[in-house]
Amino acid sequence: MSNVLVNERDIVIPGEALAEGMDYLPGDNTYREGEKIYSKVLGLVGLSGRVIKITPLSGPYVPKYGDKIIGKVIDIAMTGWRVSTGTAYSAMLNVKDATTRFVKREEDLSQILSIGDYLIVKITKVTSQNLIDLSMKEPGLRKISGGRVMKINSQKVPRVIGKQGSMISLVKEKTGCDVTVGQNGFVWVKGTPEGELLAEKAIKMIEAQSHQEGLTDKMQKFLEANQVKGEQ
Amino acid sequence: MAYTERVDGRKIEELRPMEAKVRVIPNADGSAMFKIGKTTAYAAVYGPRELYPRFLQNPERGIIRCHYGMMPFSGSGERIRPGNSRRSQEISMVMNKSLEPVIDLSAFPNAVVDIYVDLPQTDAGTRCAAISAASMALADAGIPMKDMVSSIAVGQVDGTVVADLSYDEEAYDAIVSDIPVAMTHNSKEITLLQMDGEISKEDLMKSLEMAKIATEKVYETQMRALKEKFSNANNEVEK
Amino acid sequence: MIVNKETISELAAQGKRLDGRPLTEYRQPIHIETNISWTAEGSAKVQIGDTVVMAGVKLSLEKPYNDSPDQGGIMINAELLPLSSSEYESGPPGIKAVELARVTDRGIREAKAIDMKKLCVTPGEKAWFVIIDIVTINDAGNLFDAASLAALTALKAARFPEVDPETGAINYKKKTDKSLPLLKEPLAVTIYKINNQLFVDPTTQEENSYDARLTVASDEKGIISALQKGGDAPLTNEEISKMVDIALDKAKLLRGKLDKNLG
Repeated sequence: MSNVLVNERDIVIPGEALAEGMDYLPGDNTYREGEKIYSKVLGLVGLSGRVIKITPLSGPYVPKYGDKIIGKVIDIAMTGWRVSTGTAYSAMLNVKDATTRFVKREEDLSQILSIGDYLIVKITKVTSQNLIDLSMKEPGLRKISGGRVMKINSQKVPRVIGKQGSMISLVKEKTGCDVTVGQNGFVWVKGTPEGELLAEKAIKMIEAQSHQEGLTDKMQKFLEANQVKGEQ
Repeated sequence: MAYTERVDGRKIEELRPMEAKVRVIPNADGSAMFKIGKTTAYAAVYGPRELYPRFLQNPERGIIRCHYGMMPFSGSGERIRPGNSRRSQEISMVMNKSLEPVIDLSAFPNAVVDIYVDLPQTDAGTRCAAISAASMALADAGIPMKDMVSSIAVGQVDGTVVADLSYDEEAYDAIVSDIPVAMTHNSKEITLLQMDGEISKEDLMKSLEMAKIATEKVYETQMRALKEKFSNANNEVEK
Repeated sequence: MIVNKETISELAAQGKRLDGRPLTEYRQPIHIETNISWTAEGSAKVQIGDTVVMAGVKLSLEKPYNDSPDQGGIMINAELLPLSSSEYESGPPGIKAVELARVTDRGIREAKAIDMKKLCVTPGEKAWFVIIDIVTINDAGNLFDAASLAALTALKAARFPEVDPETGAINYKKKTDKSLPLLKEPLAVTIYKINNQLFVDPTTQEENSYDARLTVASDEKGIISALQKGGDAPLTNEEISKMVDIALDKAKLLRGKLDKNLG
């Protein structure tokens, strides 16, 4: 007899029992032991047919192939730059993946990208040991200048972006800012100081209340209320 | 004469009042405060992060590093000189051993999760409070774990098996046994077991049985603290 | 929130800050709590914005120093706990912790805030020694001001422990209601200069982007008891005068919060 022990969107803690019986399948962040399925993290229950998964409420970013992230140059090597990703694992951006122009052998790499520069890059490879390769050649990928970079929990990125980008478009529109959200939780915001501050507050709000219903409406009201004040 | 009435009036299986909160240190990846009686522990988790020195890195699994410390004004007598005493080194080590079994170390190869615990005030049960706080901080940080670890000191005072010994009981003028225990919630497996004093095998087994019930009470406090952080906000939105 | 130093500097030139605060405004909340440690003779927890520090006072009876046989002593120690920031590691105090301790110490000791003679029990033999330990719980900037406020609060909240009249042994578990002989109540306020603008209560970002800073400790009468200049850039006399004015003004504000709490 299979049985689900929790409800959709329940908050569970590590080790909490989610279901018993062999009819259910352990999804993300869960594990099976004997007849029962348990959670591995603090998070929200998601039921999808027979699969039970947990969406973590916090936790480190796991680098994935194809992810667009924001990283910082931390070192300059012979063939490129070492870039921090905000995780325990730094990444490598080779010269040939950074630019389409021909870079001479004697060129000083620090003239192209220096330590401390923030970059919008894409992950092109992740090994089992979390060795990461990056590329900056596609359109939209580049070195950042101006504005501010903020950090949110990477688990909240989907909520900040919203369905088909709806949430982040709302933020951009009401604050007049350019906003780029990296999958690793780093967010670049550029606009007027007031606009940037409002965008920052809004993004932090979304992060704090990501697991709640009706958030889009709440954010709409918040942004409109504050936008009016800004125009005075 | 057997110890029938506890020094502070508690029943033999009764724990001192507990208080727990998570996300108390914004800089940390996860954090918690755990208080039992007059013993308070703050725990902060930083990681997974890069592990130095390099030779400690293991491509198959990460490591955890516990650092236990007492603030200079946290001892019940004179000031404690800052620095790593042998006692804190040992407690750091047993804390590590008590938490490792539940953590999925394969989730962060070559990396380290640092767990710092510091206590502003103590009244017995310090390593137990530290472990209970650390367990919550790890969950708050999103570190994958099979289960929570809950810890309490059990033992016997003058022939009576009790739970959560206070300092006065540890120092009671009779034969005393102080047994810090840490247990997982689901399987009730023991990940920390130490003992000071004298005890018969029979009383030891009785103590461990009592530990099952006592750690369950700690677990409830830990669970409530972890869930409350997020469900409070839920209520606000519904208003 | 991570940003280029240039951004903070550019905003400063416009009289603006990243978090939208006026330049001379402290973060909220400013929260002061006493007796957070039953084992300390006096203790306090201070929160300014996200920065949280604790201070604990321990008293002991020692032989007075040879050059001051009729006086007790005071020492202030600070630890930047690794749990308060990813920037700190376990181990002996680095220069940042040492400066924090010494600047806080200077403000209290040089102010002659404690009547050392009243700490004496038997001249040449026994006197009370006061040790204040400051520890960081969350470092989000402006440890100087938080530490000073915590230390002063802990001193005011401290009570002497009972001493056995026969053996002279201290019973730390029993407190009397006798407080420390405080003559003055010095508080430190640190003013930062970024791109020729003067700031109060910096965040960690702002602390990493400043040109110069001046910590000013003052008492209730506005008498300055300690100064410490930091940072690579120099300061003019006019700037120092302005900074001192701001510091004296802000010290009043912090003092008001302290009095309200201990009230």
